[in-house]
Amino acid sequence: MNQFVQLELVPLLVGVLASIACALLGNYLVLRRQSMIGDAVSHVALPGIVVAFILTKSMSTLPMFLGATVAALITVALIEFIKRIGRVESGAAIGVVFTAMFALGVLILERSDTSSVHLDVEHALYGNLESIVWFAASGWQSLIDPAALSQIPMQLPRIAIVVLVILAFILMAWKELAIGTFDPEFAVSVGARPKMTNALLVTLVAVAAVTSFDAVGSIIVIAMFICPPATARLMTNNLRRQFGWSVFFATASAVIGFFLAGHSAQIFRTPSSVSAAGMIATVSGAFLALATVAGPRKEGTRSAWFS
Amino acid sequence: MDQFFRALILSAGYNTALVCIGATILGASAAAIGTFVLLRKRSLVSDAISHSTLPGLAIAFMIQAVVTGDGRFMPVLLIGATLSAVVGLFAVQWITSRTRLHEDAAIGSVLSVFFGLGIVLLTVIQTMNTGKQAGIASYLLGSTAGMLMSEVQTIAVASLIVGVLIFFYRRQFTIVCFDPDYASVSGYDVQRIDLIMMALLLAITVIGLKVAGLILIVALTIIPPVTARLWTDRSAIMVYISALFGGLSAYIGAAISSVDYGLPTGAVIVLVAFSLFILSLLFSPNRGVFAVALRRRRSIAELRALSAAAAAKANAGKAVESGSSYEDRASVNHGTATRQAAEAAS
Repeated sequence: MNQFVQLELVPLLVGVLASIACALLGNYLVLRRQSMIGDAVSHVALPGIVVAFILTKSMSTLPMFLGATVAALITVALIEFIKRIGRVESGAAIGVVFTAMFALGVLILERSDTSSVHLDVEHALYGNLESIVWFAASGWQSLIDPAALSQIPMQLPRIAIVVLVILAFILMAWKELAIGTFDPEFAVSVGARPKMTNALLVTLVAVAAVTSFDAVGSIIVIAMFICPPATARLMTNNLRRQFGWSVFFATASAVIGFFLAGHSAQIFRTPSSVSAAGMIATVSGAFLALATVAGPRKEGTRSAWFS
Repeated sequence: MDQFFRALILSAGYNTALVCIGATILGASAAAIGTFVLLRKRSLVSDAISHSTLPGLAIAFMIQAVVTGDGRFMPVLLIGATLSAVVGLFAVQWITSRTRLHEDAAIGSVLSVFFGLGIVLLTVIQTMNTGKQAGIASYLLGSTAGMLMSEVQTIAVASLIVGVLIFFYRRQFTIVCFDPDYASVSGYDVQRIDLIMMALLLAITVIGLKVAGLILIVALTIIPPVTARLWTDRSAIMVYISALFGGLSAYIGAAISSVDYGLPTGAVIVLVAFSLFILSLLFSPNRGVFAVALRRRRSIAELRALSAAAAAKANAGKAVESGSSYEDRASVNHGTATRQAAEAAS
């Protein structure tokens, strides 16, 4: 049990909080048909972090965070610009921008001498949840021990603050966000300032992506922006309940995925434990598949696809 | 630099020349099919396809490693990649057709979940004792370094076949892209043509995995078509311009990355393609930033001239009513000028 607090408690909490942070904002992305913005933003965190590292020569958090956030905002602005100037549809504009930014990140990373630090493409893609270990902890009593608490890995308080900020934003701007999501034109006419809330939303998406990315890699970030909200969308027609469901699915995916990965040697007879980030994403997909088969509100207006 | 130019004129050795030619055919075919996918407004589908190849790659690798001891034999890996990409594509179709969720959510969830599953399998491979695991990493970011010549030939021939098929189906694709209802009424099997389009997209994505990597192969099917869109409004021409840009990017990119062993081919190709896109965005005669700015200035100048003329007329005589007619004239002219600008632009 002491080992649990030392080795598993912190990564589990970080995984759960990162999943919740992304899922909360993902509700708006899915409803606004902007899911792929989450995909784009989490891909471009890589070039942002790499450039920040080269400019500051340090692995400290603030420059990395700023670099990735700035990269995300540049990406969103570029996408808008290309959509307007080149008059291409938004999917194509997203595809042009994020692949180019990601390629730039890969190239700079390969060309510069970053081998001395723990910064590589694989790490950026799948993170390393398992490595966030709380060495100072000796058991549950450490949770009330100030000395041990001061040694807790910084990822945890950081992601906790981000979740609080996101919650505060959603609660304060609930009405504006809802109107802007469902009827942007009406939002303009009643002075709900959809442009400003949209800009804030995108900024928070970037912040959530970057903070979670640091701990869990971009793959969970993309999965959590989309899967739990999409699953929740198939459960209810009520926005409040959708938020509740999305938090539930995010938490359940993180907890189940984390334990399946950690104990995969016993459960799946793999040689050793597997990637927790990947497993969490997989579990969130299993929830979505279940809801696609049996979600109570899965119907609605369908968009026929292969004609 | 010298090495780059020699690669560019195909005289940096047989292998480099073959890689450059193979990449060019691949780039042109990917760009050509990407054009139709763009016109069908499904560009990001290729993102879902490419990410969902990872579980298949990993499983094929494991099976080979267990059976033969070496998991890297490319054709088997590509078969695995194809199978799981097909599953991914049908998952997108399944979600969009069975639920109220839109395409973007379906694509995003499929790509992230399949990629997540693939990473789980990769961590399993890492702990396997057998199978020369380093080989699989080159499919993430693409690497032409150390490619076997048989692999290059496979890629070149397969891309060429896809290219020929695209050429063969180009008219059907165009009709379905622009007016699926009309196509259906005129006796085309829209569903079948859509399926062929997706199959060719899937084929080129899988073929390009080794060269561009599964994250960046998407760019080869999106960036050149969007670039071509800036140069023409005619779909028949757009396909060729797109293929030209795609082939050129892949060719220059492969040549640059042959200079240094450490240059990731996929990233270099994508950045060349993106540079061509930025140049087109600035200088395209119709939709370019400069052209639009110039047109706006001209219509403003035209407007000024017209209202100045009107004002002069008003000053010349007919004092009372001409004041209002000046206002009217100006606003009418303003409307015409903007409409003309809009027509010229579209």
